[in-house]
Amino acid sequence: MSELLTIPLLQELFGETILESHAHRGDETVIIPPQSLEEVATRLQQDERLRFEFLMDLTAVDYLHLDRPKRFEVVYHFYSLTHNRRLRVKVRVDDGEPVPTLALLWKTADWFERETAEMYGIKFAGHPDPRPLLLYPEFKGYPLRKDYDQRASHPLVESRRKGESA
Amino acid sequence: MFETIASIIKICFIVVCLLLPMAFLLMWAERKESAIMQDRIGANRASVFGIRAWGLISMMADAIKMFVKEDFSPPFANKRLFHFAPFLAMFAVLITFAVIPFGPEWTLLGHTVKLQIADLGVGFLYMFALAPLGIYAIALGAWASNNKYSALGGIRAVGQLISYEVVVGLSLIGLVMVFGTVQLDSIVVQQGDYWFNGWIPKWGVFLQPLGLLLFFPAGFAETKRVPFDLPEGESEIIGFNLEYSGLKFGLFMMSEFIEMVILGALLTTFFFGGWQVPWLFSDGFHFPWGWDFSLPHTAVVLLQVMSFLTKLVFFGWFLQIVRWTLPRFRYDQLIRLCWLYLLPLAVLNVVITGIVILVLQ
Amino acid sequence: MSEERYIPRNDLNIETMQINLGPSHPTTHGIIQMDLQVAGEDIIEADVIIGYLHRGFEKMCEAHNWNQAVIYTDRLNYVSPLINNVGYHLAVEKLMDIEVPSRGQYVRMVLSEIMRICDHQTALAAAAMELGGFTPFLYLMKGRELWWELLERVVGARVTTSFTRIGGMVADLPDWFAAAAEDILLETANINREVHTLLTRNRIFIDRTRGVGYISPEDAISYGFTGPMLRSCGIEYDVRVAAPYLAYNDIDFEIPILTNCDVYDRFYIRLLEIDQSCRIIKQGLAKLPQGPVNHLDKNISLPPKSEVYGSIEGLMAHFKLLMNDNGVRPEAGEVYHAIEAANGELGYYLVSTGELCPHKCRVRPTCMPFTQALPQMIKQGMIADVVPCFGSINMIGGELDR
Repeated sequence: MSELLTIPLLQELFGETILESHAHRGDETVIIPPQSLEEVATRLQQDERLRFEFLMDLTAVDYLHLDRPKRFEVVYHFYSLTHNRRLRVKVRVDDGEPVPTLALLWKTADWFERETAEMYGIKFAGHPDPRPLLLYPEFKGYPLRKDYDQRASHPLVESRRKGESA
Repeated sequence: MFETIASIIKICFIVVCLLLPMAFLLMWAERKESAIMQDRIGANRASVFGIRAWGLISMMADAIKMFVKEDFSPPFANKRLFHFAPFLAMFAVLITFAVIPFGPEWTLLGHTVKLQIADLGVGFLYMFALAPLGIYAIALGAWASNNKYSALGGIRAVGQLISYEVVVGLSLIGLVMVFGTVQLDSIVVQQGDYWFNGWIPKWGVFLQPLGLLLFFPAGFAETKRVPFDLPEGESEIIGFNLEYSGLKFGLFMMSEFIEMVILGALLTTFFFGGWQVPWLFSDGFHFPWGWDFSLPHTAVVLLQVMSFLTKLVFFGWFLQIVRWTLPRFRYDQLIRLCWLYLLPLAVLNVVITGIVILVLQ
Repeated sequence: MSEERYIPRNDLNIETMQINLGPSHPTTHGIIQMDLQVAGEDIIEADVIIGYLHRGFEKMCEAHNWNQAVIYTDRLNYVSPLINNVGYHLAVEKLMDIEVPSRGQYVRMVLSEIMRICDHQTALAAAAMELGGFTPFLYLMKGRELWWELLERVVGARVTTSFTRIGGMVADLPDWFAAAAEDILLETANINREVHTLLTRNRIFIDRTRGVGYISPEDAISYGFTGPMLRSCGIEYDVRVAAPYLAYNDIDFEIPILTNCDVYDRFYIRLLEIDQSCRIIKQGLAKLPQGPVNHLDKNISLPPKSEVYGSIEGLMAHFKLLMNDNGVRPEAGEVYHAIEAANGELGYYLVSTGELCPHKCRVRPTCMPFTQALPQMIKQGMIADVVPCFGSINMIGGELDR
């Protein structure tokens, strides 16, 4: 396993904010509380020693019935072009608990957050355009939650008339 | 009486034996030629008793399909104009051919027949008066379809065709100045002269090379084919004929192909000697290096008509090659090309021609 | 021609018209909708609506075991399915902490590069066709067809390849493969030359694509661009070099970089990358080591079909991996593994809870950032500019909507 580079630096910078960290199979991971996400993300993007320019991926995982402190984990994958390093940042939230949006820091977060929001029902506070992305407006439920039936079917929707935009 | 009968026969000959088969042939050639250019086989599945005739049967099957297809008209369309437009398009292109001479004067049973439907004194002007009718057809059809895409196509078509109409006209002015006439027949006859002891024929292409360079792209733009197919632009706005189906769509398509035939005919008439065959005179061949062959009058006439048709086919082929090689312009580039490059050059051509004529006099 | 664009004046009080470009529009292939506000031909506002091809990739993966999920990865980027297979299995193997023997790595690399060529050729072909150049479209499609026919002889399928397995491949490359690939490499180089003559040196094509669809390098990073799109903005990032996987470390190849950030460069860089992929395939086939392609542990890699049908041990091994309640159970944990797909970084984020099925199987859609940036690219342009912009981002519906 390669040497840990980012986690010690983050622990030094943020101290108690880093709730947990691990590096399973070499993927450096830190878990932070949602309220400090914006601050951490800004530092990640702008601090010379970190310089994570890319938000590569954003998703969430549902740990229903798995004995976790909170139900959902929102997972951010960062990549630093300058240092050629990757970092995974996770935020634990319960159902209905909002996560601050990163759409103002990374444009790509806009669509990724929209997708995560419609799939898991996670609220991204301050998101500029909170419409569903992949699903149609009439869709009910959050399909990627573990308590969503895999065989669930949905009725056909009426075709929209002029003026009723999606 | 004889004149009337001759005119009717000529019209029938032009429409039934020349324009429609040529357009049909061009469609077939388009498929086969594009197929050859693109390493394909091309349409060849339809057959009658096992005879495929290199895809010609497929073309006929297509024509039949066109006729029997559902003639759909969109519910919110302006029905009257919607049905009228394709016929106007066809009418506009067919009528333009009336002034194009496809052969010399033919003395038959003591009567002299001009192989041209109407030898109008204003020949050239007649063409430019009637050809733009096609623009109305497109604009009306596009607007009457009540569809945003076809409306955009119609607007593009009007902008493009009107702009290039100007260049087409101006690029030919020089030629008219050189020949001193607007009658197409007399232009062709004058192209039977020679320079340098009969070595080089006095064709428009040698008299007005710049005129040809301007007329060709402008005329090409008038046919609305790639790279000038913006009114259609099937990957952008699908085209002015978006709502048309069946026979009406077929008419629009056919008119486009006939426009190609007409462009070929105009190129031939103005720049490549019309029905003239180099060194063929009314009594036979007289080559500048001294060989002579006498030919009977009828044979000469037939040869000259054949020469006209051969040139048409050649230009049809050439237009296809261009069409299958180039991508499409963007609207502003197209208009810019016309008004900033072709039009000033066309004016320049007129000025230069005038100066040269003045100096030579 | 100069590129001074006419910009509509504000004081004219122009009434805009709403145009729905797609989903049923020839350019959008039925999988994306662009809601445009136009003034004449100029686009004032643009919004992209996606999701027409959403089929629940993650939900389906969560319902199947680790070996079965590969068939869904075929349907992500259906133009280069094998790269998706490879990416998925590299992620699973990272999760299980195993490594494929070196021949297997080479085979995967060669097949991935073939798929990259196919993907680029298809992207270029579609872009060319939508600009009215039908002939280059068919030249490129013919080139892709040669590769697909070759792959069909090896894999047995054209689109739904599913050729990789945990710990290796379904089968080794046949003996004749190198010779056949050699011929097609020559043909690919020929086609590249033809495309250069027909398009990249064609005045009309240059006018249509130069300076169109501009995205600044800063925006490209912010949008999360990767792959050819990012490299045409002058930023050098390629997973094959930044974090070499498979056998890319042993191969000598270059990463083409262009700096104009426009459609033309995106087009050109794909042509350059095809050349580089040809180099990689040539070297990979020359250096192909001997030995097994599959991991030797019977508890990980599936036995070949001949053994399954021919011997009791093979059948048992097969059953132990595939029958109910049997199969691969990676240790609980999570990994993110990125590879360089044809369109950019293709990352799989897998979460295992030590069960038979993935707890989470997320794929980072490579073309989602590009599609997200599409409104910015086409705004202030003309309707005709939508077509080259859309062609240059090489949006693949299966991957975008999952």
